[in-house]
Amino acid sequence: MFSLLQIELFKISRRPRTYIAFAAITAIVLIFQFAFKADGESYMNLMLQNVQDSFDLDKSKAINGYFMCYIILNTLLVQVPILVSLIAGDAISGEANMGTLRLMLTKPYNRSQLLFVKFLAAFLFTIFLLVWIAILSLFVSLLIFGADDMLIFRVKGDESQILQISKDDVLWRYFAAFGYAAVALTVIATLGILLSVFAENSIGPIVATVCIVLFFTIVSNINVPIIDKHVKPWLFTTYMVGWKGFFYIGIDNEGQPIKGSLENWPAIRNSLVILIAHIATFLGIAFYSFQKKDILS
Amino acid sequence: MIKNSTSLLLLLLLFNQQIFAQDINVLLANIKTKMSKIKDYEAEGQMKTKVVFLKLPVAAVKLYFKNPSKFKLKTSKGISFIPKGAVNVNMNSLFNEHNFTVIDAGTDNINNVKVRVAKLLPNDDNSNLVLSTLYIDPVNLLIIKNKTTTKENGTYELMMNYNKYSSYGLPDEILFSFNTKDYKLPKGLTFDFDDQSAKNPLSKTNKASKGEVKITLNKYSINKNLSDEFFK
Repeated sequence: MFSLLQIELFKISRRPRTYIAFAAITAIVLIFQFAFKADGESYMNLMLQNVQDSFDLDKSKAINGYFMCYIILNTLLVQVPILVSLIAGDAISGEANMGTLRLMLTKPYNRSQLLFVKFLAAFLFTIFLLVWIAILSLFVSLLIFGADDMLIFRVKGDESQILQISKDDVLWRYFAAFGYAAVALTVIATLGILLSVFAENSIGPIVATVCIVLFFTIVSNINVPIIDKHVKPWLFTTYMVGWKGFFYIGIDNEGQPIKGSLENWPAIRNSLVILIAHIATFLGIAFYSFQKKDILS
Repeated sequence: MIKNSTSLLLLLLLFNQQIFAQDINVLLANIKTKMSKIKDYEAEGQMKTKVVFLKLPVAAVKLYFKNPSKFKLKTSKGISFIPKGAVNVNMNSLFNEHNFTVIDAGTDNINNVKVRVAKLLPNDDNSNLVLSTLYIDPVNLLIIKNKTTTKENGTYELMMNYNKYSSYGLPDEILFSFNTKDYKLPKGLTFDFDDQSAKNPLSKTNKASKGEVKITLNKYSINKNLSDEFFK
């Protein structure tokens, strides 16, 4: 099965669309870094608003590598799932379209093994993409902007808050956040694979995955009480931003951040469980459907 | 023996009355003389910020002062939110920077200390300072409380506790209160993760428009010929 995985990874690496994802990420991150280097103060003024009337703040210190990475990850919220679906949506339907699916299943591998390898290949692609994002948005940003305390601008219910996390308390949060993002993007990968099982060409499942992600993301960000209560909990995109929970630092009774703490770990853990449940459900349906799939027509 | 004690008591009462009866200008002049012993100082301590929308860690701070009115408050590391009126925590600057007309506003009681109240009106019409009210402990020649109203940055209130450096008129603890405007980001701008914790009713009751900064100073280095570099 390892040789099958090697073949799958080789096939992914030979496709130009794989590199479109890496090129797109590189371009977006570099543009952001350039823009913030040139005029990051304008963004900071927008976020600080009238806080500047009461406080003096060294804005050049606030725009640092850690802050940049957070801003970039926030922006890539919609783009990265689209890039993942480019690969995952093609997994089975691409083979069916080229007529190689039947050929592959004549080899001494059963359908479950083939689908599992397809999933593994899509998962590894997602991990490579995340590592590339981490290198560019975190480590390159740290090289360009340096390291300092991190400011988080947040709307919590009816309140807006500015959280400050000490420099030496940030890095582990990024590792945890990237780990969470890997799980969140794997949901997209499995959704792409699931839709791919039902199609005979690549375009359909890729477009369908992208549309579902876009629609769900838009609905997840609409602030209407009835949607908040009855719709959002049922959308997996609501939980995809759970990585931000690692940056919501715990606060003591005096209003001071507690180093190394999380404001609401149970909420992050529950979101993680829901995402993993989605992966299991999508994969389960994909395995079941692929067993029944007619590969002769 | 009884006669001696009665005389002593009478003397103390007389002294006490004299202190509270002395001219407010003389009292302020005495405080100014006491403070003029300080040519410069560097102080180290911690700054704790309590503002409803700001969640900031306790910051290590350094205060620098050089005669007549150079003053700087810096954090030793990290990003710092320094309140705009923080310069007012330094009483030395207040006396050296402005010329005042002083109004005697009587007496008051702060933390069981009987204080004299002096209202300082700047003579310069263009001064940013509108009014400064000082609550003075006339026995120890210490400013316990100060309320300052400025044109640009609103009203500030200072409460000061003295201990080791009271002979110089330098506080060990400063509680700086000020007004803040409400901070509101548009919903949806930050794509936040809703962890349901906002449903906690505490978050509503915490709302206030007053901010507080508590500066606890552990160590002063006085009259060490502080370089001008610190004020850049």
